[in-house]
Amino acid sequence: MVLTLTPNGLYCPAGDFHIDPWRPVARALITHGHADHARGGHGAYLATDIAAPVMRHRLGAITLDTILYGEVRQIGGAGVSFHPAGHVPGSAQIRVEVAGEVWVVSGDYKLEHDPFPTPFAPGRCHQFVTECTFGLPVFDWPDPAEVAREINAWWAANAAEGRFSLLGAYALGKAQRVLAMLDPSVAPILTHGAIEATNAVMRAQGFALPETRHVTPETDLRAMRGALVLAPPGALSGPWARRFRPASTGFASGWMRLRGVRRRRAADRGFVVSDHADWAGLNRAIAATGAETIHVTHGYTEVFARWLSDQGHDARVLRTEFSGETLDDGAEP
Amino acid sequence: MKAFAALFATLDQTTRTTVKVAALAEYFRNAPEADRLWTIALFSGRRPKRAITTTRLREWAAERAGIPLWLFEDSYGVVGDLAETIALVLPPPSTTHDASLGAWIDRLRALKDADDATRKAQVLAAWEGLVLLERLVFNKLLTGGFRVGISAGLMTRALAQALNRDEAELAHRLMGDWTPDNTTWADLIESHDPADRLSRPYPFCLAHGLEDAPERLGPPADWFAEWKWDGIRGQIIRRGGQTFLWSRGEELITDRFPELAALANHLPEGTVIDGEILSHDGTAPLPFATLQKRITRKTVPKKLLAEAPVILMAYDLLEVAGRDLRAHPFADRRARLETLVRALPEGTPLRPSPAIPFNSWNDLAATRATTRARRAEGLMLKRRTGPYHAGRKRGDWWKWKLDPLSIDAVMIYAQAGHGRRANLYTDFTFAVRDGDALVPFTKAYSGLTDAEFRQITAWVRKNTLDRFGPVRQVRPEQVFEIAFEGIQASPRHKSGVALRFPRMARWRHDKPVSEIDTLDTLRAMLARYG
Repeated sequence: MVLTLTPNGLYCPAGDFHIDPWRPVARALITHGHADHARGGHGAYLATDIAAPVMRHRLGAITLDTILYGEVRQIGGAGVSFHPAGHVPGSAQIRVEVAGEVWVVSGDYKLEHDPFPTPFAPGRCHQFVTECTFGLPVFDWPDPAEVAREINAWWAANAAEGRFSLLGAYALGKAQRVLAMLDPSVAPILTHGAIEATNAVMRAQGFALPETRHVTPETDLRAMRGALVLAPPGALSGPWARRFRPASTGFASGWMRLRGVRRRRAADRGFVVSDHADWAGLNRAIAATGAETIHVTHGYTEVFARWLSDQGHDARVLRTEFSGETLDDGAEP
Repeated sequence: MKAFAALFATLDQTTRTTVKVAALAEYFRNAPEADRLWTIALFSGRRPKRAITTTRLREWAAERAGIPLWLFEDSYGVVGDLAETIALVLPPPSTTHDASLGAWIDRLRALKDADDATRKAQVLAAWEGLVLLERLVFNKLLTGGFRVGISAGLMTRALAQALNRDEAELAHRLMGDWTPDNTTWADLIESHDPADRLSRPYPFCLAHGLEDAPERLGPPADWFAEWKWDGIRGQIIRRGGQTFLWSRGEELITDRFPELAALANHLPEGTVIDGEILSHDGTAPLPFATLQKRITRKTVPKKLLAEAPVILMAYDLLEVAGRDLRAHPFADRRARLETLVRALPEGTPLRPSPAIPFNSWNDLAATRATTRARRAEGLMLKRRTGPYHAGRKRGDWWKWKLDPLSIDAVMIYAQAGHGRRANLYTDFTFAVRDGDALVPFTKAYSGLTDAEFRQITAWVRKNTLDRFGPVRQVRPEQVFEIAFEGIQASPRHKSGVALRFPRMARWRHDKPVSEIDTLDTLRAMLARYG
């Protein structure tokens, strides 16, 4: 087996390394910087050069080696390379080749346009380990340009009535993608500290983000009525958000495709923006690999594996501890 | 349809009442008459009859989406709403339709008499020309489940604003079992002739729960107290030589309670009484479970009539000799009620709910403590000078319910909810200890905050021991205080008891499973309160 599942995570015996392990290991290859994939406590890390700054920011002083997209490294008996996953800046699918057999671990990925991450690059493999956070046919992402129009129209209507627009989005990836959708001529854009910190890291890397203002206790909010406030989803229900009054609230998430989820969050508006592949995207990505065996990890694993089996694939469920895009727990992936 | 779908979107996209009412009022000002009438009908729970089974709709949607039926069903399990699931799985539309809401509903109703192939062709053609939101609305019309977070009260307020009319008067007009098929806009909203309104009930006056100490209500002499009976609230109407019995849910239930229908023959013409339909053996109320046997029966066999007799425990008199008494002070209405009942022949199953005399709030609190022995739910307090309001208004009527019984139990099964609770574990089964065994005794699905439901959902996902379809067996670790209003023996349940209104009062993070209550505790409660 090129990769096996151990209590620590996905393990490659030929190269003696783990991919996105959830318990401390000696050597970890990391697909991207979200907390359920890049955890602290490993001996040595390997990630793309683009993912590295955010990982250093989040994990502090770690032993981190970087690799370019497409560059091949020999680690023990395994040939390893990282390929764009389109999820967040620097995110990668990790390709592992041992004695001619090729496995690809997708990490998290999406096929939709996003100005910041390098676009998803399909690749052939024998066995494909795929996420399926949104692996149900009800998840079909709308055109991002249309969603951008919806967000800006909501914001403009709120601004015209002197209301704040409180928008919940993950600090890494989603927030910056949403920033690029905004029309800065409407009103100022304010940010929560967690988002502003990631913005700073990305700006230092050369990503062109629109101007944002970090909300501090000194910020004069009376002068900022009509502003759009970008914050992690969890912050919207906490005391931090109470300073913005009056406000309309919204969330940017793939879960907003479901009316029930949006109503449960008591959000005024839900905008369907996801950094994970939708149903069609998952099926397209899987078909492009030409893989004989598909291992499905986090998401609607049982259902999606059954669907793939129906389609004639050898599909299996791999029980990992990744969480995908969550809204209910308030945890960030 | 586009205007109605836009209204639906606006109502759905805000949690603010003022915005909802304004959007509805705007719609009522501009929509054609037939659409307005249907909108009122839909938002007050009057749906077009289902022309197509949901089974066929599922099959057609799955086929059109190119997915197997099992995958459609699994998706439905996650979405939690059939109309929405269908709308979501279908491919994007290829054409556009532009017909009014009324025209769509007419088309749907025509399908009732069509053959299966025609139905299928029509429904697929409709889907093909509607965008996501319009599809959702269309499917909700098809499936007949139209809940959109607008109460009949808010809808009436918006209508009153749009038409510049009195809200209470409109509320009264909208009562009863009318549908757009048997009425018109002119008859329902504009007519001045009450003759066609013989059966129409008054909107029920409802009470808020008492939150403060009763002393805050002022002098006891200003208030009338009576038991809050545990039956079905109802209104009995005698007009034009006919009798109508309505439930609070605006259902006409005259045929289900023939003894009450017969009693009304003794009532003078033009009488309306508000009361509680209660199973009663002539001396005391029977347990609610006895009444339950009657509720679902459309026809009542003699044997059941004898086993589960009912009376009307009268609370209020709303109409005398065809005159609306609702603006009169309660004390006056109550006096007239007693006079009216005294004139009835002996043995008629109608009596005034007994007044509870009290000189101090302390006295009344002592009486309230005997609620369970009376088989009541608590007390009702009514301001003697208060009118009979339409709907739930603060100030003149209060319910002062008994504190619930409670027991600490452990969660053993969890199931996901529907609608806004879809994809969230909200329906739980609880057990008490019996020696080393855990005995399930109740389900509960309310009482926690949304944040707590999210927290318990995350826990359930990580602590599942086994799955039985949608049900997950979880580690017996989470302890909850279960509150309930009453307890009865039940041979159908493994524990031997059935609870009334069980809900989660508190999540006992502080309590280990070893300290939960036992089956003996439940049995002792049954002996004491059952």
